[in-house]
Amino acid sequence: MYQAFLLKYAEIGIKGKNRYKFENALCEQIRYRLEKIEGDFEVIREQGRIFVEAKGEFDFDDAIEAMSRVFGVSSISPVEMIEDKEWGNLTKAVGDFVERQYGGQKFTFKVKSRRSDKHYPYTSPEICVEMGSYLLERFPELSVDVHNPEVLIWVEVREKAYVYSKVYQGACGMPLGTNGKAMLLLSGGIDSPVAGYMIAKRGVFIDAVYFHAPPYTSERAKQKVVDLAKLVSRYAGKIRLHVVNFTDIQMYIYEQCPHEELTIIMRRYMMRIAETLAKENDCLGLITGESIGQVASQTMQSLAATNDVCELPVYRPLIGFDKQEIVDISEKIGTYETSIQPYEDCCTIFVAKHPVTKPNIKVIRRSEEKLTEKIDQMVQEALDTVEVIEIAE
Amino acid sequence: MEAYLDNAATTRVFPEVREMMKKVMDEDFGNPSSKHSKGIAAEQYIKEAKEIIAGTLKCQPKELVFTSGGTESNNLAFLGTALANQRAGKHIITTRVEHASVHETLAFLEEMGYEVTYLPVDKKGQVSVETVKNAIREDTLMVSVMYVNNEVGSVMPIEKIGQMLHQEYPKVLFHVDAIQAYGKYKIIPKKSHIDLMSVSGHKIHGPKGVGFLYIRDGVKIRPILFGGGQQKGMRSGTENVPGIIGMAVAAKQMYQSHNEKREKLYRLKNMLIEGLQQMEGVTVHAVEDIPLEETAPHIVSAGFTSVKSEVMLHALAQEGIFVSSGSACSSNHPELSGTLQAIGVRQDLLDSTLRFSFSVETTEQEIAYALEVIQKVLPVLRRFTKQ
Repeated sequence: MYQAFLLKYAEIGIKGKNRYKFENALCEQIRYRLEKIEGDFEVIREQGRIFVEAKGEFDFDDAIEAMSRVFGVSSISPVEMIEDKEWGNLTKAVGDFVERQYGGQKFTFKVKSRRSDKHYPYTSPEICVEMGSYLLERFPELSVDVHNPEVLIWVEVREKAYVYSKVYQGACGMPLGTNGKAMLLLSGGIDSPVAGYMIAKRGVFIDAVYFHAPPYTSERAKQKVVDLAKLVSRYAGKIRLHVVNFTDIQMYIYEQCPHEELTIIMRRYMMRIAETLAKENDCLGLITGESIGQVASQTMQSLAATNDVCELPVYRPLIGFDKQEIVDISEKIGTYETSIQPYEDCCTIFVAKHPVTKPNIKVIRRSEEKLTEKIDQMVQEALDTVEVIEIAE
Repeated sequence: MEAYLDNAATTRVFPEVREMMKKVMDEDFGNPSSKHSKGIAAEQYIKEAKEIIAGTLKCQPKELVFTSGGTESNNLAFLGTALANQRAGKHIITTRVEHASVHETLAFLEEMGYEVTYLPVDKKGQVSVETVKNAIREDTLMVSVMYVNNEVGSVMPIEKIGQMLHQEYPKVLFHVDAIQAYGKYKIIPKKSHIDLMSVSGHKIHGPKGVGFLYIRDGVKIRPILFGGGQQKGMRSGTENVPGIIGMAVAAKQMYQSHNEKREKLYRLKNMLIEGLQQMEGVTVHAVEDIPLEETAPHIVSAGFTSVKSEVMLHALAQEGIFVSSGSACSSNHPELSGTLQAIGVRQDLLDSTLRFSFSVETTEQEIAYALEVIQKVLPVLRRFTKQ
């Protein structure tokens, strides 16, 4: 029976004197994820790896799944603990482990070992050789392949002994909380949740902002965004979702500006509002799901025009991705199904038939002058009435 | 203020219903099939429910089968009779404006080799007895007509159709989807010569997940769910005891001071229609050339020129007024309302129609409030209309 897990991490290992900060953040994130599932777990930091020990009953699949969503973890191996590491008992226990996990199967293997208990009568190379021959004797159907083994059997001798052979892929990246916070512009589409996931993967906490335009967007469209934020938070941790009522601004732009520029001008105001919220919430940048050329508002000219209103850096992790590549990630992280639910804006009146695809920043700025009379007040009003929804897995 | 005007979608459970269900769930939670006293106590509720409902229909308790709701009742009515009458004809007659649980079940039977005739309705939303009569063939197994249309509230000439079938085609079965009518109309299946009739609990202030099918004694029908043989084998599955008794309590209440309740609904309907008709660019569907009393008391369908129904629905919801749109947003769901098209509603209003529906709990204040809000939001919404 597995009672523990060995978690490995990759990039943190090279962080020099800051390493302990990364490791602490990682342990904290692992604890946070495990809190959500059944069982009691102890997370122990140990020489470049992390041990998670289960106290009592827990669900194995849930535990693996929860840990595989922690950024910074490169792999997860379920391990069996062997309390009595006396050589005779250790060999038998490792043999029993192989029997339980692979009973009757034919495969090539190799034993690898680590020994931190320097008083143990065998050195690491000796453990490998001796354990290998014990297993060969006990399971004549097995054979050794030291170069390309089908199964790698790890034996670690510490205070207790540990044996493991299975490896589950971790989420990789950097632990959350090691790289500040950024504000994600979250829509109901496929791209923005993926963009949030990608930036969070680099250790960045995220806040999100959604622009709601009732009655032109439905209550269900908003619920869909909340659902998406919840799915992203399975990886990205707690998310504060800021819901901005954008209706008045949208209608004002519609009345005052040329319709083919509507989308660009609307997006510029969204960026302005997002930036203000970002600054108010200690975010160091904005995140969007834009990808060059995907739609009219994402041509190089359009991106330049929306970027024009921001001081903070705007992170666009999907900028060079094709749609299918984005879809693949959204399927992997489980946001796709929700993203394609048809609760889009139920009214297309704010989408021009032929929007500009190559907006000229000067022209756009001039169009925006027509908004001078009321827009500042409207933006302030939108900021004052933001609804904040705390999202957690 | 709030105004819940979506009672044709579902209703709030009556407090008496809730209390009764709570009691059954807390205390008399036995399985009616169990042989001990808890089981017998539960069985008593089923019996009592049957008697109450049979009383409202002046039928025998054994003519009722409890189901999971309107959809199952309609499914059982068609599939069960088709299964039991395989050597009879394979032709079924219905109208173009039935609910999806009728149309989709019939579409399945069409796949199985049945032929279905979908009859047109006039602009009042009614099918005529003549039309039904002319569609009948040698091999017609069944005629199915809804009592009240759920979208526009038109009332079908059920009694006349029943009379005609009884006199001229006594072998043809007559099914009535009474899901929007039960509780609002005194329906006596015997008198109207109805063989099968579907009813749902949650449209009459009962709970969701329960309904019944009236099956006239003598009608050949087979079950579509198999198992422990409950309800004399007609519908296996442990009976939803709290739901069933809850529905019966609701039904009983709906038929108390019934005329008074109906008059109240008509007053509300009249008030809403008059208010709407005073507004510019508002068309109330299926009320022209017909006395109000010949339309359903609880449904008003109205088109608002140059306003998308879904946008208007959200605008009303923001003010606490809850209604249904005649059709889903056309940008996502290109299919428009079949009923509205069938009654000849103008093309531009198909996607601009809302349904308001009342219950005995609806007040004049709610209607007044709804009218006030509509008056307020209409010009705003019309200002932002795609040219």
